[in-house]
Amino acid sequence: MAHDHDHDHHHHDGDHSELSETALRVKALESLLVEKGYVDPAALDELIETYETRVGPRNGAQVVAKAWTDAAFMEKLRSDATNAIADMGFIGRQGEHMVAVENTEDTHNMVVCTLCSCYPWPVLGLPPVWYKAPPYRSRAVSDPRGVLAEFGVQLPENVGVKVWDSTAEIRYLVIPQRPQGTEGWSADKLATLVTRNSMIGTGLALTPDQVAS
Amino acid sequence: MSLPEDVRRLPGLVTEGDEAVFAEPWQAQAFAMTVKLHEKGLFTWAEWAAALSAEIAAAGPDDPAENYYMRWLAALEKITQEKGALSETERLERRDAWDRAAKATPHGSPIELGAETRS
Repeated sequence: MAHDHDHDHHHHDGDHSELSETALRVKALESLLVEKGYVDPAALDELIETYETRVGPRNGAQVVAKAWTDAAFMEKLRSDATNAIADMGFIGRQGEHMVAVENTEDTHNMVVCTLCSCYPWPVLGLPPVWYKAPPYRSRAVSDPRGVLAEFGVQLPENVGVKVWDSTAEIRYLVIPQRPQGTEGWSADKLATLVTRNSMIGTGLALTPDQVAS
Repeated sequence: MSLPEDVRRLPGLVTEGDEAVFAEPWQAQAFAMTVKLHEKGLFTWAEWAAALSAEIAAAGPDDPAENYYMRWLAALEKITQEKGALSETERLERRDAWDRAAKATPHGSPIELGAETRS
């Protein structure tokens, strides 16, 4: 028996229920796929719970903080990001072919999926709404500096912006630059500076001042 | 290099706020079914990305971001059909069955298929 989502149905004709057209379509698919043995309702719930609570940008922040503090790990991330990240336990769908792109003094990296919404789930969770929206998907390529400005990021003129278009096979993780004034910080403390947007490239890592305020 | 203000302020590019992962439960269900079907080997992820991209492209550039999971659902309906997991007739009949069951169920009770024949 498929699950019921009480919030999907609302009052109708006094004392009877009605499901929205969308809810009906989803229930039709789900009940058929369960009957035919393609999906198991308990496994669906478990997966949803995982993505709602356990997989998110905190994972990626740990990867970045480790890269900032462990030169050997950074080297491995450059040569084989998929395995470097898997070694930290962040394994899963849409993380099978990861590429780490490193921001430097003269290059800023930014990631988009122009076709749909490919995104590195194991390290960043599911994508934010704007990442999936047409304006970002088109303008990240045609006007990356304008997009960055809207996110509040002003880069010096001499810094080039490189835009990486994700595919169904390859996912990118931006390694932002380590902020000044964080010498001697532990990886755990550094991870608090690493925002989701800084790993997509629509932001920079926070400075110690920004966290303190 | 910078675009006029009205072009830059396109709807959908909301750059702030940590939105909930799913806006409504059905979105979570559609997402989870897709991942599980891929795991089962019904389709490759490249095939899924192509199906979703096609829906998104057909909706055009003015499609609001809130519609994203509607495109996802349409892609899922098509790909399950193309891969032979179920037929369109089955799917539409089942949709109608849920509709009848919902309307026959007192508000507040769980909706079960066949509820309309049981009272």
